[in-house]
Amino acid sequence: MTALVLLDHEAGSIKQPSRSAVAAAQKLGEVHVLVAGAGVQAAADAAARLPGVAKVILADAPAYDHALAEPLAALLVALAPGYSHLLAAATAIGKNVMPRAAALLDAQPISDIAGIVDADTFIRPIYAGNALATVKSADSKKVITVRAASFDPVAAEGGNAPIEAAPAVETPSMSRFVSAELSKSERPELTAARVVISGGRGMQSGDNFKLLEPIADKLGAAVGASRAAVDAGFVPNDYQVGQTGKIVAPELYVAVGISGAIQHLAGMKDSKVIVAINKDEEAPIFQVADYGLVADLFTALPELAAELERS
Amino acid sequence: MKILVPVKRVVDYNVKVRVKSDGTGVETAGVKMSMNPFDEIAVEEAVRLKEKGVATEIVAVSMGVAASAETIRTALAMGADRGILVETDVDLQPLAVAKLLKAIVAKEAPNLIIMGKQAIDDDMSATGQMLAALLGWPQGTFASKVAIEGDGVTVVREVDGGLETVALTLPAIVTTDLRLNEPRYASLPNIMKARKKPIETLKPADLGVDPAPRLTVLTVAEPPKRQAGVKVGSVAELVAKLKTEAKVI
Repeated sequence: MTALVLLDHEAGSIKQPSRSAVAAAQKLGEVHVLVAGAGVQAAADAAARLPGVAKVILADAPAYDHALAEPLAALLVALAPGYSHLLAAATAIGKNVMPRAAALLDAQPISDIAGIVDADTFIRPIYAGNALATVKSADSKKVITVRAASFDPVAAEGGNAPIEAAPAVETPSMSRFVSAELSKSERPELTAARVVISGGRGMQSGDNFKLLEPIADKLGAAVGASRAAVDAGFVPNDYQVGQTGKIVAPELYVAVGISGAIQHLAGMKDSKVIVAINKDEEAPIFQVADYGLVADLFTALPELAAELERS
Repeated sequence: MKILVPVKRVVDYNVKVRVKSDGTGVETAGVKMSMNPFDEIAVEEAVRLKEKGVATEIVAVSMGVAASAETIRTALAMGADRGILVETDVDLQPLAVAKLLKAIVAKEAPNLIIMGKQAIDDDMSATGQMLAALLGWPQGTFASKVAIEGDGVTVVREVDGGLETVALTLPAIVTTDLRLNEPRYASLPNIMKARKKPIETLKPADLGVDPAPRLTVLTVAEPPKRQAGVKVGSVAELVAKLKTEAKVI
């Protein structure tokens, strides 16, 4: 059995969620990886250095720039005959592309797996993680997205796989990239950060999210938010942690002014250590927090920043 | 322009689901059911396009048990014009739903399909992409803005690092993210009016589709529970514990 993993890459490096997807694929058999894009030789070189990868397939063509679903799904379908499993991390790209490829292969995708039982059987969260379903696939080809937080990523260095060019595939021209407006941040990405500090409705405004910044700087943390804070317009949607946002499992998760709706818990309850700061001592977030501080965040956050500065 | 809006009946957003003791699924008997929240956003977007004069007709489609007709009524009360129910007791998975929708598209010939990005029960986030593939249409998933321009549609998408804009030819599929719009509540007069709007009922066999599931659910279990930890009295104590006890900073 051989598995093919579609990799997310950026500026010549392989993104951490994709390294988790490679780790998941290694439980299934030999692993090949696919790097698609325009001018992405450096990313293919980085993919070749991932430990445990047997082959890199490089699809370097203008059609694959910006990872549009239509050409990428067509490419995966062309490559599919050689593989028993097609995987990608459950990122914006993986979630967009893999179901499209699955339908073309007449397979039911298995989304967001958190565990692998055997080659046909997988564990995946349903109902915002309030239940775990073990599902067995009857399809001859399994098309899978991987919950990155559930699999420790493979290292970025250590392998030396050969790189092979992908066959030319006819690409559909029904979709076109227009522009991207990406948040500029010096901080680590939410899904890859060792520490995440998130704000909720209790932050009261987008401006107040600045209170999180000195703490995030000190801890090298990514800044996230609850859906309530996104809905209220405090921060953009790419900050959202939860069922309908990003799933994170950092070493330390600090929830500030977040009540702890199940939809939010779905996105962070696998974090190693959870800290909650909330003035409502009945807030459900305290039921999952390792350390709870009942306090007004507007006094606690400056104190926390000062305390971290001191130590 | 005709818009098709698939809507799903799911356990209400506010219900805390409980896993059945025999491990076959989650308890749905006697539980409040509602339209999937992302599908409400899809209906709202379609209705707004109709109010702007861009769309001429909105067809709401639901699939599953007979009670799914209630979900269609909700869409009709929000402003959809008529409904189609594909009635079956089979556990419908996204591939089957996509095939059934493809058959309906062949009959209805819509120019645009707007649907939720994800159902909050199975959390698959797959049906829109799969339907687009089966139809050979482009897809604009996780939309936070939709604009019809001539014979195309421009979609602003929520992606991991921010926003991305794509231009699609029509017909196309758009899946909705939460910031696309804020769905309206149906007014009482509109709820009354919706009762008179037609709903056609079909069976999967009428559409020539075998809806059998490809994934067998072996067990459904409770996730491991996290234990509540300790309350700390001050910021200083918190920092001390994170350093010496948890050793994470």
